[in-house]
Parts: sequence; structure tokens; C-alpha cells
Amino acid sequence: MAAVFWLSRTCTCNGILRGKRYQVKGKRKKYDIFSCFPPSGGQRGVKKQDMINDKNSQKIADFIKNWARKHSIWVLAYGTGCGAIEIPPTMTSRYDAERLGVRGAATPRQADVLLITGYLTTKTLKRVIRVYEQMQDPKYVIGFGSCTINGGMYYDSYNTIKVLDKYLPVDVYINGCMPRPEAVLAGFGKLQQLIADGKANGAKKYKEDHEYYRGNLRKIIGNKYEMPLYNW
Amino acid sequence: MESVGYYILGVIVTIIVAFTVGLTYMGLNRKITARVQNRKGPPFYQNFIDAYKLASKETAIHHGFMQHAGPAFLMVASIMSVLIIPVLNDGKWFPNLNFNGDLIFLLYIMVFGPLGMALGAGQTGNPNSAIGVTRGLSQMVGFEIPWVMALVALMMQYQTTSLVDLMTVQQTTGWLMFSSPFAFLAAVLAMLGMFRYSPFDIVGAPTELASGPASENGGKYLFTMMSSGSIFAFAKLTLYVDLFMGGADNLIELLVKTFTIYLIPMLYGMVSPRYRTEQAIRYFWGWPLFFGFLALVHAMVF
Repeated sequence: MAAVFWLSRTCTCNGILRGKRYQVKGKRKKYDIFSCFPPSGGQRGVKKQDMINDKNSQKIADFIKNWARKHSIWVLAYGTGCGAIEIPPTMTSRYDAERLGVRGAATPRQADVLLITGYLTTKTLKRVIRVYEQMQDPKYVIGFGSCTINGGMYYDSYNTIKVLDKYLPVDVYINGCMPRPEAVLAGFGKLQQLIADGKANGAKKYKEDHEYYRGNLRKIIGNKYEMPLYNW
Repeated sequence: MESVGYYILGVIVTIIVAFTVGLTYMGLNRKITARVQNRKGPPFYQNFIDAYKLASKETAIHHGFMQHAGPAFLMVASIMSVLIIPVLNDGKWFPNLNFNGDLIFLLYIMVFGPLGMALGAGQTGNPNSAIGVTRGLSQMVGFEIPWVMALVALMMQYQTTSLVDLMTVQQTTGWLMFSSPFAFLAAVLAMLGMFRYSPFDIVGAPTELASGPASENGGKYLFTMMSSGSIFAFAKLTLYVDLFMGGADNLIELLVKTFTIYLIPMLYGMVSPRYRTEQAIRYFWGWPLFFGFLALVHAMVF
């Protein structure tokens, strides 16, 4: 019954977001992420705090899950900036990230980590956010290079964003311009540590503060282009 | 009733063994590829970690009914073929559902899974999936012809359409690999396409097509596809061992023989870059088809 309910909710949501998006423009209802997908396993009306399961058995299950997630990181590395050139040496025979379980993923649906390699132009930002929302939970973001931290050498540029954390919840930053493959591997190591401790919860933050992230995006691109949610 | 319960238990054990062996072979493939490329490579059990992680990922994608059913079709085809193909000689240890004419049934069921997946991939609406499906079907047209010719040659030569009969024949005549060599050659060359490793990885080409038909499937769907792929790999390797290498008397012998066969597509793939679609089809309609003809002639004359 719950499954049917979930499916029907998803379907209606899809119809509005995908098909009739343009017809109902203007009087479109605001959708937050939680109205589309009820929290997994929970019923409506149950408070979120009551659903947290802190039994010991759950802790063991979480430990095993986190261990698997830590040792199997599938990276979506779109060449968004010049940092993409550091990815091939990281993956190939000299530094060989595959021995740590780090592996390239072909599409956002299969990926765990979104690697933002360097600067993001305002034009790319929309696509990157779309890609991020298409990824399935649990998902993480790595900000790669100085440009994602404070703009780097593009600090006064008119068409790049300066602080990535305003638009996407970054879990790990890798400093440098460019960061060498050693630094990239260290960044992955840091992410593995965070996952093992259960602290890499950027995706949760994104759901909770969704309006904040979208508000920042709207400040940059204006209201002409209203982005739907891409989490279907 | 007792025998039915025993049978069902046996089926479950067969599936688990096929899953474990297939996934380990794929892990060894990754390890050996890494060693060839002068890397350390992931541990051989990396695929088990990947599978567990994929199964524990949340999945909230909905494109329609067939998208959910596509991976299930693959799984059904894999499990049916692993149950039809006898794992060991004389029906030892593992139950199987083979009957007279199971070779013909196998020819159909081995294409069923990819066709179901093609329907599922079509509904996702992803252009990469559509291109991948087109390529996959073209490639299937390529390798199915030498493969069917090899099987028909065996059927004609020994006047049977049953796998078990062919395995009994080999206990007197020796391995079919030597008594009908052209059928073996054609079948092995067709196997290169069946495994879809490089240079025939035109369907799922990761950097080119974003993993093709699987591009909208993440999480649990990808887990289903991965596990069905490993079960199917085990089924295919066992089929080759049963057909051409006299089957196996115990599990160790089976593992040695299947891994030897598995080395052929693996090692061939490591030194070959990816073909284009028309090149792949031209490959299969070249020497493999010629060997298929020779096999038919050999079956008719001797």
C-alpha cells in the first residue's frame, strides 16, 4: 500500500515537473523535495525525530553500509574547469586511484561523488545543479582547486561563481591551483574518513536548506530561468 | 513434497554459486587488467563491495513500468539459462531443468534478456540508451549467426538437440573441441561478442555512450543488472565447458576450465581498442562465419 502511495505521488510529481511545466507556468505550486518523496519507510504525520533508529543492530548495519560506501566511490568528473586535467594522472598507472575503490561513473544516476574541477561559470552552474539533483542518495560533492573556495584567480570575474558552497553543499575541499594527484588522493581519503564517521551529510543539508541554495542561484541567474527539481 | 523442497533449495544454491563465481571472475578481470596496465588495481573482491553499495543506495527514479521491468527481464533470462545448463556431469550436486531440445530453448532464452532490457532502456527516453540498444541489436545480429551455425553443426553431427546427450557423447569420444574444431572456433569467436568486452564493448561504451542502455539505471537497478550479468557470465562459461570441454566432474575442475575459457575474451580485450559498430559486425561476418560454414560442412561430411 505504501509502495502504491509512493509511486502515485512520484507519478503526479513527474507529470507536473516534466510534461506540463510550461503550461502551468505562473501559477505553479511550489514543490519542496519532501512533498515529492515522503521520507523512506516513514508514514506521514510521524515526526522526523521519532523515525531515527538508534538500536545497536541499526548501528552495525550503518557501519557495514558506510564501510561499503567508503570503499566504493564512483566519481562523476565532468570537465567543468581546468582541474579536469589532473584526473587522468590520478586514475592511471602512476597514482592509480582504482586501488582505493575510486572509479569513474558514466552518468549522474550511477555516481556517488560529484567532482567540481575548478571554476564554475554561471552558465555551467545551472547544468551542474541539474546533474547534482539527478544523482541518487547518498551523494557527495568535492570542490577541487582554489576557484571553488574563494574564486581563486577568477576572484573579480563577472561570469564565474566565487564560493561553491553557496550553491552546492560541499563535503570536501581540495586546495591548490592546480592540486596535484597526491592532493586529490588525500581529498578522497578525507572523504572516506567522513563517510566512515557518518559526517558526510551534504545531501541532507541540501534538502533541508534547499530554499537557501536555490535563492543564491536565483540571485545569479535571475528569475527568467526557473529551474524545476530534477530529482525524479 | 520433500523432493520439491530439496529441489528449490538446490536452485537457490545454484544461483548463489553462479553469482559468487561470476562476480569474482569480474573482479579478477579488473585486477588482471590493472596488472597489465602496470597498476596495483582494486582487490579481487571489489565488485562485491560495489554490488553491496549499489544495493544500499536509494533509488527514486521513475520513467514508467518497463524501466522497472527491464533489469528484471535480464535477471529472469540469466536465472533460466543457469538452471537449464547442467553445471556438473551426470547431474551431480546441482539440480537442472534440462530436457530434450534444451539447446534450441537456450538459443532463444539467451537473447530474451537483452531484448527485455532494450524495452526498458527505450522507456527511459535517454538518447544514449537508444543508441546503445541499436548498437546492441546490430552486434547481436553479428555474433548470433556464427554461434547458431556452430550449435547447428553440433546438433547435426551427433543427431541430438540435448545438452546432456552431447555431454555423454564426450565421455566416449573425447572433447568436442578436438572432434569438431571448426564449431569450437566459430563459437569462441562468437563468444568475444557475447561477453561485450573490448573491442566489442560498443554497447556500454562508458566514455562514448555514458554506459548505453544502463545510463538511467543507478542504485538497485544497476545492482540487478550487475548480478544478472555475473550469473549470465557463469552460465555462458559453463555452457562452453559443457559443449566443448567435456563438462566437469567437480567444482574445482569446473572453475579451472571456466576460467581458462574466460581468459580468452579478457586477454583479447586488453590489447584491443574499441571497434565501431560496422567494424564489429564485419568482424563477425568474416572469419567466424567462415568457420561456421566449415563446421557445417564438417558435420555433413563426417
